[in-house]
Amino acid sequence: MTLQDTPAAMVHARGLRKFYGDVEAVRGIDVEVKQGESFGFLGPNGAGKSSTMRMIAAVSPPSGGELSILGMDPQTQGPEIRSRIGVCPQEDTLDNELNVRDNLVVYGRYFGIPRREVAERADELLDFVQLTDKSKAKVEDLSGGMKRRLTIARSLVNKPDLLLLDEPTTGLDPQARHLLWDRLFRLKHQGVTLVLTTHYMDEAEQLCDRLVVMDGGQIVAEGSPLDLIRSHSTREVAELRFGVGEHEALAAKVEDLAERVEVLPDRLLLYTTDGEEALARVHERGLSPAAVLVRRSTLEDVFLRLTGRTLVD
Amino acid sequence: MSQATTTRITRFDLVARQLDYWVTVYKRTWRGSVITSFVMPLLYVTAMGVLLGGFIEQGPEALEGAPTYLAFVAPGLVAAHAMQTATGEVTWPVMGMIKWSRTYYAMTATPLRPSDIVAAQLLFVTFRVGSACGVFLLVLAIFGVFASVGGLLLAWLAQILIGLAFATVFFGFSAMLKHESGFAIVYRLVVIPQFLFSGAFFPISNLSPTLEWLARLTPLWHGVDLTRMLLLDRVDGSLALVHLAYLTTMAVLGWWFAASRLTKRLAL
Repeated sequence: MTLQDTPAAMVHARGLRKFYGDVEAVRGIDVEVKQGESFGFLGPNGAGKSSTMRMIAAVSPPSGGELSILGMDPQTQGPEIRSRIGVCPQEDTLDNELNVRDNLVVYGRYFGIPRREVAERADELLDFVQLTDKSKAKVEDLSGGMKRRLTIARSLVNKPDLLLLDEPTTGLDPQARHLLWDRLFRLKHQGVTLVLTTHYMDEAEQLCDRLVVMDGGQIVAEGSPLDLIRSHSTREVAELRFGVGEHEALAAKVEDLAERVEVLPDRLLLYTTDGEEALARVHERGLSPAAVLVRRSTLEDVFLRLTGRTLVD
Repeated sequence: MSQATTTRITRFDLVARQLDYWVTVYKRTWRGSVITSFVMPLLYVTAMGVLLGGFIEQGPEALEGAPTYLAFVAPGLVAAHAMQTATGEVTWPVMGMIKWSRTYYAMTATPLRPSDIVAAQLLFVTFRVGSACGVFLLVLAIFGVFASVGGLLLAWLAQILIGLAFATVFFGFSAMLKHESGFAIVYRLVVIPQFLFSGAFFPISNLSPTLEWLARLTPLWHGVDLTRMLLLDRVDGSLALVHLAYLTTMAVLGWWFAASRLTKRLAL
């Protein structure tokens, strides 16, 4: 089988499953990631995103279904696949005993990169993630954002064709997130295929050309962020905050003002094409919410619509 | 399915790629290991062999053919040292690389497979046992405890085999263990009793018949007896073969055990 004649599938999965004992973490998913694409798995904790990522990283054997990565079978060609992918795991696995630069050098050697080349590569990457002045620092003295950037640099040491990022910005402050996003954009521009998981809708919107929404080990929707919003939500959302415990009762009074109304513990969401208009009608009815907000629909709304739950608890 | 243009990466290559990692580990730990590896054995030989041995007036017939107690106890101390160096390298360090530093998870994200990781780490253990016991044997040679240079060299190779027999099995055990408290139990019930009762300090014929029989089953006794034969140049060919077969079998099964346990542990 050759993949030269068609745009190569970087990841191809059909009916992919993963069991841990009796628990089925991934319940038969189909995924196709094309070259140069930036692909996301969006979902809450426990949706099966990380299990899927570990199978794609060729470290966790699938329990069922088909899986090929870069056209190879992870069961028999694990080392060959892993030579060409970069992995930025969810949990930090940097070596605290080594300094920042040696973390890159030692790791690069695992890919069989000659010492001189890996040394040059390490310096370039430290520059790329803006850690050159920390090159001799101990890893444990770095901030969370710096460790994350170092992990990204490490995942690039073998010049991967496919970069896997599991929750790349979880736990980072906004400034650190934006710096990281900027670096990922640059990689995308260089033609690196990105596959990432996130439970942040803004991250998915920023970084992903296409994404799947996962819930309970299954894919519940697929498309570009914009497509998903168009097909599963309205253009705008009006958020109304009333007093504690009043939302349930008040929902009935505004039901006809929107295409759909969602009741959350702390607010009502009115899904409509014109949020300001809906808001005006709410006020006409003599209701006076403590706070209001009109905004565009996001992937969060898509997720709420599809699963009845919010992404971040 | 794919007639991949990617060439297959060999086991040798994957193991060799870990050299730089283990060099960095050795660079930051060798100072600490000098005390345990080189100074402690010297203290043991001085205290047990020379000073305590000075009180022991038994002749070769009571000491399995050794001319002095020093000559009897020293080979036992070397073999026990091989066991302790090997187990020390694959208990807490292995658990640490699984649970605390998570270094193994970083490694398996690269082309390395768990079995390549086990192989490289066992080579490092072999180096540690080889250097620690090598220095120990040289010190003994200065004390005059050796019969021939050939026997000394063979005894050194025997230490590497003893080290591998213990390292592989304990590696597998550590890869399975969920909590470090298991190590304390294993040291108390397996390592220390073997150290004391496997013929390193006294001929096991002094034990009751049942205990003597039990001592003969322990891997350390096979190691101690083999080392003693070689250092004293009193080799009993068929018994030496039994020792070799026992320790080699343990190392081979242990290798399989360690590689399969680590593979299972990291495959989640």
